[in-house]
Amino acid sequence: MLSSHLPVLVIIIPLIAAPLCILFRGKDQAFAITLLATWGSFACACVIAAQVMSQGEISYELGGWPPPIGIELRIDALNALILLIVSGIGSVVAPYSRNSLLLEYVEDRSYMYYSSYLLCLCGLMGVSVTGDAFNLFVFLEISSLSSYVLIALGFDRRALTASYQYLIMGTIGATFIVISIGLLYQATGTLNMADIAERLPQHGYDRTVIAAFAFLVIGVGLKMALFPLHQWLPNAYTYAPSTVSAFLAATATKVSIYILLRFLFTVFGVQFSFDVLPTAVPLMILAILAMFIPTIVACFQKNVKKILAYSSVAQIGYMVLGISFVTVTGLTAGILHLFNHALMKGALFLVLGAVFYRIGSCNIDRMAGLARTMPWTMAAFVGGGLSLIGIPMTAGFISKWYLIQASIEKGWWYIAVLIVVSSLIAVIYIWRVIESAYFREPPEDLINVKEAPLSLLIPAWVLVLGNVYFGVETSLPLSMAELAAKTLMGGS
Amino acid sequence: MVDIFGLYNYWIVIFLAMAGMYIVIARGNLIKKLVGLNIFQASVFVLYISFGKVTGGTAPILVKGVDTYSNPLPHVLILTAIVVGVATTALGLALVVRIRQEYGTIEEDDIHSQDESM
Repeated sequence: MLSSHLPVLVIIIPLIAAPLCILFRGKDQAFAITLLATWGSFACACVIAAQVMSQGEISYELGGWPPPIGIELRIDALNALILLIVSGIGSVVAPYSRNSLLLEYVEDRSYMYYSSYLLCLCGLMGVSVTGDAFNLFVFLEISSLSSYVLIALGFDRRALTASYQYLIMGTIGATFIVISIGLLYQATGTLNMADIAERLPQHGYDRTVIAAFAFLVIGVGLKMALFPLHQWLPNAYTYAPSTVSAFLAATATKVSIYILLRFLFTVFGVQFSFDVLPTAVPLMILAILAMFIPTIVACFQKNVKKILAYSSVAQIGYMVLGISFVTVTGLTAGILHLFNHALMKGALFLVLGAVFYRIGSCNIDRMAGLARTMPWTMAAFVGGGLSLIGIPMTAGFISKWYLIQASIEKGWWYIAVLIVVSSLIAVIYIWRVIESAYFREPPEDLINVKEAPLSLLIPAWVLVLGNVYFGVETSLPLSMAELAAKTLMGGS
Repeated sequence: MVDIFGLYNYWIVIFLAMAGMYIVIARGNLIKKLVGLNIFQASVFVLYISFGKVTGGTAPILVKGVDTYSNPLPHVLILTAIVVGVATTALGLALVVRIRQEYGTIEEDDIHSQDESM
């Protein structure tokens, strides 16, 4: 009985838990509620993923109203994978936040943090399950508004300006998405995404639909920090509290990529998006620029968090590159990289949170010699870093391998070369951190730093080991990504 | 030619959207940017309400002798979008208050030069 309501439970659990945190107020109660809610929705997401893989697409009628009139929740392999990523990262970061400096900083108002965190999770999960275009916008804004709050909690006052900048850019992006949904509604008279997809070919691809398409791609591009539209991201991830950077870097941009995939391939259809309109070439050019320019910029940063933030922009490039091939292998690679990047960036930002907890800085010079005093923390950084570069036996290798395969399959060997070259540049910035931490003398005031507490190390190591596990045993994400890619391509 | 003036509300939409975007981009004052953002969002509200209107239709309430109604769905959608807009503005203003407490100014250039000099 309950299992038939799982699609709605993954949203309802965090949505109800968020006000509960405010009602109970106590630091420990709020923490317990958050932990239960995130783990609960992760459990639901696992069951949903198993159901989707064995029985195929799930459709849920919200409130018992049948779809075109009621809101429909629709989950296929792609949605299920995104749900797993978001709720999985959410439940690893939740226990981590208890001992982070953030909560000492906000003191007795920590329930506010937990509540925004749960709302953000709820919004991201909502985007990934809904089958209704306007509903998608509302959930997207729930997650965005709460992430502005979370970013503004940073210790540095620049967190405030970063959050403000994100608010302006994010709202413009969201408004573009609403314009696009409005124009689609004008053309087809429905908001259900599957229905829009069905009616668009009959309506024909007139100027309204083309305008809707343009607004959507730009709007989602802003939200997911596609290369020239990424200006908000580096500062937002750098100055946000560590837990928040880890959570957002691993989930928020991924969900935006999901929106792009869903609209390009399912709603507008492969034929319109890539045959009628020449979308693939501009996307590919932007993706390649994103693979190089932010990676090179990252090599010159002093703040390690900023290095990782720029590297996130570059990783978005790899995912978009996979999408722009418009083949099953390319899409599989893109979706796989989405999963793997969540693991590695989550791990690396959590490690930096542990570093910040002990030395109060993420500056590359302050981290000199840190491997002597915090060996476990820095070992975790090396693990995550290797995966980010794409060394064999780590998750990052698998997705880059598939990307290269996809480009060779298309006969574009020079793109395969570009992928390898940009990964080699990534070695430079990861190596700078490792060199500083392992081969330099620590600053005098930091000789007696203690190892990070276990409550920070365990979540970070869970994700690092996840990187290794999914680098060897790839069947779970690979089978889901392949199924998702086939469904997306078969939709035309 | 009649069409151009017959669709005047869409011209208003485009004008408002462009004016709002221009303010967001061109003004350095954080409050003015939020005002621009609001104008931009308002243009989308007008867009939705315009295409929900059916010529000759009345409000969608069952009355004898009336059989043409405007489409209520876009109007309801925009009610939600207005709520989202209000929340965004409130949060933006709260951030501006905090920025002023920390920096003592709400001019983007001043904030930028303070960050640079650190």
